[in-house]
Amino acid sequence: MAVVTATETGVRPSRAGRRPSIPGWVGTVPFLAYVGVFLLLPAGIVIVDALKNSSGGWQFSAITELGNPLVRGYFIGSLKLCVITSVSGAVFGAILAYAVASGNPDGVVRRMYLAGSGVLAQSGGITLAFAFQALLGPVGLLFHASWFYDFPWGISLIYAYFQIPLMVLVFMPAIDGLKVQWREASENLGASAWQYWRHVGGPLLAPAFLGSTLLLFANGLSAFATIEAWESQVAYTVPQQISISLSSEVGLSNINYADVLALGMMIMVVVIMTGYALLQRRASRWLR
Amino acid sequence: MAAIASLGESGLATPAERPRGMQVRRRRRLNVFRYLVFTVFGLFFLLPLLATARFSLEGNRLGSWSLAAWKEIATYKGPPPLLPAIEIQLELAVATCVVVLVLLVPTMVWIRLRVQWISRVFEFLCLLPLTIPAIILVVGLAPIYNFIRHYQLSALTLFFAYVILALPYAYRALSAGLNAIDVTTISEAARSLGASWFTVIARVIVPNMGQAILNAMVLASALVLGEFTVAYLLLYNNLPVELFSISRNTPNASVIFSTSLASLLFAFALLLILSYAGRRRHRGRG
Amino acid sequence: MTSPMTRTQDGAARTGVEVRMAGLSRHYGPVVALDKLDLTVQAGELIALLGPSGCGKTTTLRLLAGLEDADAGHITVGGRDVTHLSASKRDMGMVFQAYSLFPHMTARQNVAFGLRLRRIAAAERDKRAIEMLELVGLSAQADRYPHQISGGQQQRVALARALAIEPQVLLLDEPLSALDAKVRAQLRDEIRRIQLEVGTTTLFVTHDQEEALAIADRVGVMKDGRLEQLAPPTDVYSRPATSFVAEFVGLTNRLAGTVSGSTVTVRGRDLPLVDLSTPPGPAIALVRPEAVTLAADSSGDSGPLTGTVIAVTFLGATSRVTVDLGDTTILAQLTTADASELPAGSHVTLTIRPDPVLVSGDAPAVSEA
Repeated sequence: MAVVTATETGVRPSRAGRRPSIPGWVGTVPFLAYVGVFLLLPAGIVIVDALKNSSGGWQFSAITELGNPLVRGYFIGSLKLCVITSVSGAVFGAILAYAVASGNPDGVVRRMYLAGSGVLAQSGGITLAFAFQALLGPVGLLFHASWFYDFPWGISLIYAYFQIPLMVLVFMPAIDGLKVQWREASENLGASAWQYWRHVGGPLLAPAFLGSTLLLFANGLSAFATIEAWESQVAYTVPQQISISLSSEVGLSNINYADVLALGMMIMVVVIMTGYALLQRRASRWLR
Repeated sequence: MAAIASLGESGLATPAERPRGMQVRRRRRLNVFRYLVFTVFGLFFLLPLLATARFSLEGNRLGSWSLAAWKEIATYKGPPPLLPAIEIQLELAVATCVVVLVLLVPTMVWIRLRVQWISRVFEFLCLLPLTIPAIILVVGLAPIYNFIRHYQLSALTLFFAYVILALPYAYRALSAGLNAIDVTTISEAARSLGASWFTVIARVIVPNMGQAILNAMVLASALVLGEFTVAYLLLYNNLPVELFSISRNTPNASVIFSTSLASLLFAFALLLILSYAGRRRHRGRG
Repeated sequence: MTSPMTRTQDGAARTGVEVRMAGLSRHYGPVVALDKLDLTVQAGELIALLGPSGCGKTTTLRLLAGLEDADAGHITVGGRDVTHLSASKRDMGMVFQAYSLFPHMTARQNVAFGLRLRRIAAAERDKRAIEMLELVGLSAQADRYPHQISGGQQQRVALARALAIEPQVLLLDEPLSALDAKVRAQLRDEIRRIQLEVGTTTLFVTHDQEEALAIADRVGVMKDGRLEQLAPPTDVYSRPATSFVAEFVGLTNRLAGTVSGSTVTVRGRDLPLVDLSTPPGPAIALVRPEAVTLAADSSGDSGPLTGTVIAVTFLGATSRVTVDLGDTTILAQLTTADASELPAGSHVTLTIRPDPVLVSGDAPAVSEA
C-alpha cells in the first residue's frame, strides 16, 4: 500500500513492502487505558461490590435486597416519574419537532430551536429546579402551585423542561427523513392527509418515536441533580437513595446498598438502551 | 393534521426546478399550526427563565429592582465564595475539552486509517457512558477518587470523570466530521506524495475537521458547565454544587438566580455561535 | 408514429383520455417557470417533455398532477376541468425519479396501496397487485422490500403501483435518471411496451434526448417555460423549428456563413434555408454531423472545405470524426468502416449535403454543440 517516492522529499519515505513492525491497535492503547480506568473499572466496581459481603466474600443476597419493599418503593417512584415524563416528553416533543422540521431548513427559527434544545437538554438540573421554584414555588412569580412539591407532579413539570428538547433533538432527524416523494406519491394515489399519516407517515415514524421515548425514559431514570435540588430531604427515586447511601458512612453495608441500587439501575438502563438501539436501526434503514 | 412540507431532498432534482410541494391553502394552515406551537412552547420554556431573571433582579424590598445580584456574582463572599467556583468551572470545561480532543481525535483517525476492525468496539465504548450514567458511574468512581484524593489535588481532577461523560457526544460530533471527509482517499493521496503518518493526521485530516472539533468542544463544555451529580457526590465544590449549598444556606438568595441565568445564557451563546460557524463554507485548506 | 394506439386487455377496452392544458402559467417569485403553456395530449399518446433544467417540464407535470397550483390557465382531462381539483382526486398515476416506493411495505403492498385506499377487498386487490407485478415482470419479488431490490426493479414496482389504480393519465418524472445506463435503456423500452399495452395517456419528462426520441409519439422541447416545438421525434430531429431545438437535440456544427435570398453560403457552398424569412447578412448555420461527408485528399489543396483529421471517436457502428479546417473545427459522422480509413492526421475534403439548415441568431463563435 505504501509508495516509495523516487525523489528526495526530505520526509522519511514509507517502508515499502515491509509490514509495520508495530501492530495497528497499539495506537488505541492510550484511549483504551483511559476508558479502562475511568469507565470500565468503576462499572466493574459497582457490579463486584454489589455482590460482595462485608468480609469480602461473594454473596448474592444483596440482590434480594432489591426485592425489599422499601427499595421497591424507590424503583416504583423512579418508574412513575420516568413513564410520565418520557411519554409526555415524547408526545409534546414530537409535536414541537414537527413544527420546527416543517419550516425553512436554513431559517433562524430552526437554528434557534436546535441551539436552544441543545442547551436545555443538557441543562444543569440545578438551575432548572431554581428556575421553576422562582416560577411556581412558595414565592413564585406566576402563582404558588400547591402541587409543586408533590411527587411526581411538580418534578415532572421540571423534567419536561429537558425531556422535550431532548426529544426534539433525537426525533427531528426522523421527521427530516420522511421524503417528500412519499407524501406526494400517496396523495397521487388518492390518500387524504389523515390516510397518509395512518398508512405511511405514522408507521415510518413509529420505530424512531418509540426509540426516542425509550431514550427519554433512560434519561429520566438517570437524572439526579434536578430532583436533588427540588427536594433533597425525602428520597423518592433510586438516584436520590443512592446519593443518601453514598453520603452516609455507616459501615460497609451501606456502601453495598448504593452498589446494589446502582446495579439494579444499570440493568434497567442497559435493557432500555438495547431496545433503543434496535429501534434506531430499523428507523435509520427507512429514513436515511 | 396539516401536511408535511419539508422542502427537501428530491436529491436528484436540479436546483432550479426544486419543487415546492405545497398549495397555498395548505401552507397557510400549516403555518398557523406552527406558530401556535411555537408560541405555546416558547412560553413554557421562557417563563421559568423570566422568573429566574426577575428573581435575579430583586432588590432588598420585595418587588423592587436592583442589579446587585449580578454584581454579586464576582463578589459573593459566601459561605461559600462564588468566584473560585466559577474559575474552577471554566477551567474544568477547558481541561475536559482538551483531554477529550487529545484522546479522541488521534485515536479515531488512527482507527479509521489503520485498524478499522476495532471501530465497532471503539464505538461501543464511546457510547457506553450513555448506558452508565453519572449517578451509577459515581458509585464506582468513589473508591478511585478516594485514591486520587490522597494527592491533595483540586477539584480540577474532576475532569477525569467529565471526559468520560462527554465521550458519547464528542464521539458523535467527531464521527460525523470524519464521515464528511473521505479519510482513506485523502490520506492515501497524501501518503503517495510522501507524507508521514503524523503529517497526514496533523496537516491533512485535522484541518478538515474544524467544524466537527468545534462541535465536540461546545457539546463537552455545555455538559461540564452544568454538571452537578459527580462533583456533589464526590464531595468537590464546583459551581453548581456551590449554588446548591448557597440555596440550602440562604434559599432564594438572588445571586443564585443571577449566576444560573448567566451560565445558561453562556451555554446558549456557545451553541448559537457553533450553529452559525457551521454555515460558513470550508475554504480549502491544504 | 403519429396516431395513438390503444390496446385492449382481458377483453375490457382500456382507452386513454385526452389531456388538454391551456394557458398554464406558474411563477416562483420573479422566476417564470411556465409561460402560458398550451399542450394537448391525445388519448393514449405518450408525449415526452424534453429540455434543460429549469425549462418548466417538471413544473408542467406537477401542475397536471395537482401537486402544485397553477397561477393561470386550465387543465382538462377527458373533458372534465380538473384545474381546481386536489391531487388526491385527479386519478392520475405518477412515477418519481427517486424514493418512489414506501420503504416499510413490500412490493405487493406498495402496488396494492392505491387499491386499499379505494376500499377494494383484500382478495381482489391482491389479485390485481400480482397482475400488475407480472405486467412489469416482477411477480417473483412481490414480497421483497424496496431495500432488497435494485433501483431498476424499484422503478418497475413504482410503475406497477401507478398503473394498478387504472389512472386516466400516467405521469413519469425522469424515472430513469437515477439508474445505470444499461438498466436505463432496458427499462425505457419496457415502459414503452407497457404503455402501449395498457393504452394510458402518458406524459414523460426527461432531460435525456435519446430517451425522448426513442419512446415518444411526440416530443415537446421546452425552454424557459415555453414549448419550442411539439412534433414526432423524427421531425424534431431533422426539421427542428428553432435553433435551440436544433442545438439541444443531437449534435450540431455551428458554421459561419452569409445569408442571401433563400440560401446561406457556408465555406463556398450554398445550403437551402428552412426559414425563408431569415434576414440577409452574416449568420451561423447549424449543420448536422451526418450531413458532412469526408473523402481522403492526397492533393494537398487547401480550400475552405479541406482540413486535417484531429480525432476519431469510436461509437460502435458509427464514429465521429473531428476535422480541423484551420479556422474552425467540424464534426462529421461516418460509419466506422469509412472512418477507419481516415485516421488522425489525414488530409480530407468535405462535402456538405444540401439539407435545409437553420440559422442561429447568435454571434459567430468557434464551437460545436
